Amino acid sequence: MPSVKLNKDVFEKLVGKKLPLEKLKDRISYLGTDLEKIEGNEIHVEVFPNRPDMLSEQGFARAFSAFIGQKPGLRNYSAKKAGHKLIVEKSLPKEWPFAFACVIKGLTFTDERIREVIQLQEKLGVTLLRRRKKGGIGLYPLEKISFPIKFKGMDPDAIKFQPLEYPDVITGREILSLHPTGREYAHIVEGWDRLPVFVDNKGIIMSMPPIINSHTVGKIDETTQNIFLEITGNDFFTLQTALSVMATSLADMGGIIYSIDCVQQDGKALEMPNLAPREMRLDLAYCNKLLGLNLKQQDAKKLLERMGYGFHNGNKENNGNCGKVLVPAYRYDILHQIDLVEDIAIAYGYENFTAEIPSISTIGNEDAFYRFRERIATLLTGLGYMEAATYHLGSHDINRKMQHEVEMIELAGSKSQDYSFLRAWLLPNMLKVLSENTDNAYPQDIFEMGIVFRKNTAEETNVEETWKLAVALSHGKANYTHIKQVLETIASHLELRPELEELEHSSFIPGRGASISVKGKKVGFMGEVQPVVLGNWNLEMPAVCLEINLNILYMLFLES
Amino acid sequence: MDIEKIIDGLHPLERKVLAALRTELDFDRLAKKSKLKDVELARALVWMEGKGIVKLQEQSSTFIEPAENGKRYLAEGLPERRLLKALEREHTLPQLQHATQLTDDEISVSIGILKKKQAITVRKDAELKIARTATGNEYMRKKFIEETFLKELPLKLAGLSAEQAFAYEELKKRKAIVTTVTIKKQEITVTELGKRLLVKDVKQQQEYLETLTPEMLKTGSWKNKRFRTFDIAAPVPRIYPGKRHFTNQAVEYARRIWLDLGFSEMHGRLLHTSFWNFDALFTAQDHPVRDMQDTFFIKDPEKGKLPDKELVKRTKTVHENGWTTGSTGWRYAWREEESKKNVLRTHTTVLSARTIAALKESDLPAKFFAIGKCFRNETLDWSHLFEFDQVEGIVVDPDANFKHLIGYLKNFFLKMGYKAVRVRPAYFPYTEMSAEVDVLHPVHNKWIELAGSGIFRPEVVKPLLGKDVPVIAWGLGFPRTIAEYYKITDIRDLYRNDLRQLREMKLWMK
Repeated sequence: MPSVKLNKDVFEKLVGKKLPLEKLKDRISYLGTDLEKIEGNEIHVEVFPNRPDMLSEQGFARAFSAFIGQKPGLRNYSAKKAGHKLIVEKSLPKEWPFAFACVIKGLTFTDERIREVIQLQEKLGVTLLRRRKKGGIGLYPLEKISFPIKFKGMDPDAIKFQPLEYPDVITGREILSLHPTGREYAHIVEGWDRLPVFVDNKGIIMSMPPIINSHTVGKIDETTQNIFLEITGNDFFTLQTALSVMATSLADMGGIIYSIDCVQQDGKALEMPNLAPREMRLDLAYCNKLLGLNLKQQDAKKLLERMGYGFHNGNKENNGNCGKVLVPAYRYDILHQIDLVEDIAIAYGYENFTAEIPSISTIGNEDAFYRFRERIATLLTGLGYMEAATYHLGSHDINRKMQHEVEMIELAGSKSQDYSFLRAWLLPNMLKVLSENTDNAYPQDIFEMGIVFRKNTAEETNVEETWKLAVALSHGKANYTHIKQVLETIASHLELRPELEELEHSSFIPGRGASISVKGKKVGFMGEVQPVVLGNWNLEMPAVCLEINLNILYMLFLES
Repeated sequence: MDIEKIIDGLHPLERKVLAALRTELDFDRLAKKSKLKDVELARALVWMEGKGIVKLQEQSSTFIEPAENGKRYLAEGLPERRLLKALEREHTLPQLQHATQLTDDEISVSIGILKKKQAITVRKDAELKIARTATGNEYMRKKFIEETFLKELPLKLAGLSAEQAFAYEELKKRKAIVTTVTIKKQEITVTELGKRLLVKDVKQQQEYLETLTPEMLKTGSWKNKRFRTFDIAAPVPRIYPGKRHFTNQAVEYARRIWLDLGFSEMHGRLLHTSFWNFDALFTAQDHPVRDMQDTFFIKDPEKGKLPDKELVKRTKTVHENGWTTGSTGWRYAWREEESKKNVLRTHTTVLSARTIAALKESDLPAKFFAIGKCFRNETLDWSHLFEFDQVEGIVVDPDANFKHLIGYLKNFFLKMGYKAVRVRPAYFPYTEMSAEVDVLHPVHNKWIELAGSGIFRPEVVKPLLGKDVPVIAWGLGFPRTIAEYYKITDIRDLYRNDLRQLREMKLWMK
């Protein structure tokens, strides 16, 4: 979730009301943002990813002042025509087909303002535009460029300009390897023959989206008053919303929006930004049923206005239960009327809903296999065994320590080397536990029940998951007898008869390992651990252990 | 305390010690006299101290002992003595060396000492000539104080006389003649109570019955005899039980709550295709949670198989344009291959999705819960685990509403020991309403965030169930609650598997 720092003075001025600190904190979190802290003049909030329109002081204040009833209702934004043209050419890489732009005039840029604009641009880039993978935003002082402006694809070596905060003119290809921002985002354009560039009427390269602007014509400073704002990328709706979010925030900074005809590759001219609210139908009965409320049209209107919407009463159809909601152009998250219902709930106040438990009769059922495992655990704890709980992830090195190769499934991109494989059996984890407890009192009797993973193409995931039971005991006189006693106790309590066969297993002392079957089905194995293996785990006490497949054991138990 | 009662409770070892205490107070001598082994004596003394019969004090004293050279000089005489003896007449240095067999070093030290004692003179001729003085002759008849001192060793450092102290200081300056050792010794003093016991006629063990044996019961030999009474408060060695792991005790408890509330248990795999873990839950394919940064994908087998075509088609359509739900969808091109990627489940909500997919309309209303492991690609540290238990619940009920959600959560958390619950707006891709659940911490009286909850979006429910029915849902990470109950501050301690910790950990009792 993006965390945003808001200037409290700017925020309060925009809201038009100063709330006491506690009230402010309370209202912010009930509006639906995670308030981290308010420190001096800074409000730190985490804005949920569904509300990119709240990533700036202006957007946040707009939502907040409506919410507290200061400035409720749909905020009207309009654009005059700039009379300029942007032409999107077919030479663009297919991965980056769209460009929209507009002009904002009459802005006053201070240091603080520049910080606000850059924060919004960056946060939109990270969240809504998915670290620029969906799109990039650029701003330019209007007086430095001339219309019409072209958005086109060029050979990376033919692109030559001085990128932002860089001393020299370099090529597009060089930007990707030499400029820090170029390096950071180079992966987005990897493998593209041509890179997208904005070129103005004089042939000046203005920027190379979504990587970087030109230092000479693409840098806002305190003297800037009028700007050219563009957004390019591959996701039509997202780009359109992002442009609305930027444009309306700049308008709330005192700018006047001028639209531009953006001629797309198909020849259609789209006048941008599109600030007209969308209409959505709201079924009040649906809303009331989900919220357990009995809201009337006028209540819904009032609540929707608290969330910045417009509302028109519906006609008499559906008993007047439906209304028309005007959704601001900057709202990205309204996919379905359920989203309006949620906003009504927020305006109503989550804190004002009473807790209710409906009287529906259902009978609880526990998972029978869980119960089976739980009973075995009870038996083992009765024998004095301590249950361990180890991780499902581990390292491949256990195969070496166990002297026994079992294929382990590797994770993609685990952050820690020691935990980059899925466990394939449980005994290594038992020995690991023993090896980490050599300073503790013996005897050490432990067990664990857990899932292990092996490849199996018959499964949905091509991986078979099996519940296993592992038991290990270790003390100065631990030997095979002790582990066989455990096996026989478990088996006899399930009325099962284990059959044993000598097992050659490189983790066990030869002649002291057994493979366990029940009714001809292999269910597990046990034995005395090889001194070499003990040594690999730095154990100086004998240990014997057992591993049983609980899925099979349960099946056999059900059969018997 | 009644002295007779004390006598009744004396252990045979204590009786033996008591008898010996009449004459001895020194540990070693007590051992000898009582014929007890050191360990037995030590144990008996501790018991007796507990009963107030003796007082034990660890006393450490430092003793002066002859060191390596000191021991040799005790046999051969101090070098200055040997030198003085050899001076029957005036000698040159080589002559002295020959006569005494002393080392150069010893000779020069000895000359220095003897000069200081005015026992010799050194005259410079062609060579150095050394001769005994009158004082020296006197010393032939009496001992140097150093010699006397050496013979008296070992001596307690603390109790030296002025003369001894002088000799010690002198010898200390020289090489390896004296050394000190510190010996710890138990000092035993008999208390007033002990003194009263000493004058009593304390019988030896035959008068009392010690262990009750099957033999005695058979023969009845215990009759008309007295059992020795025990010090019921005496410390005993610890024993350790077998137990469920404390995190599983907590899981077991939470399961019980949901079962009591009429919920059925869901279970299932840890590894799922992204289809179930993400797509079925209306999480767009470019959502950051689907990055390798946050989630464990599998290298090989990288992909799994998709469920039946109809469900896949519905899911694809709902992502792309909302299908028949009335939603716009996420407006992008949904890719089947992305959806096949295997992933260690990031939430138990994947089980809810599968459960809803298997429901028939006639099964409704229905309530389900699951408690199980979930995974996040994190580096282990004091506040992060890469796997943890999550508690999940859903209520699939055509009449369910937002107030019910708050109701179920209140009930659950009340049973978990939290008196107050509140919800705040939140965001999850698959719920709307979405609510963060805070509970009031019973001790700190502060709100803490414990769970996420909401009502599943129509885009989730309709493709799975074929119909849009409200499904209220919640999920809470369990580690925080468990860690807090056990006062664990480093979250890794939940799965440290330190047997000492496991053995001593209190039971989960809420």
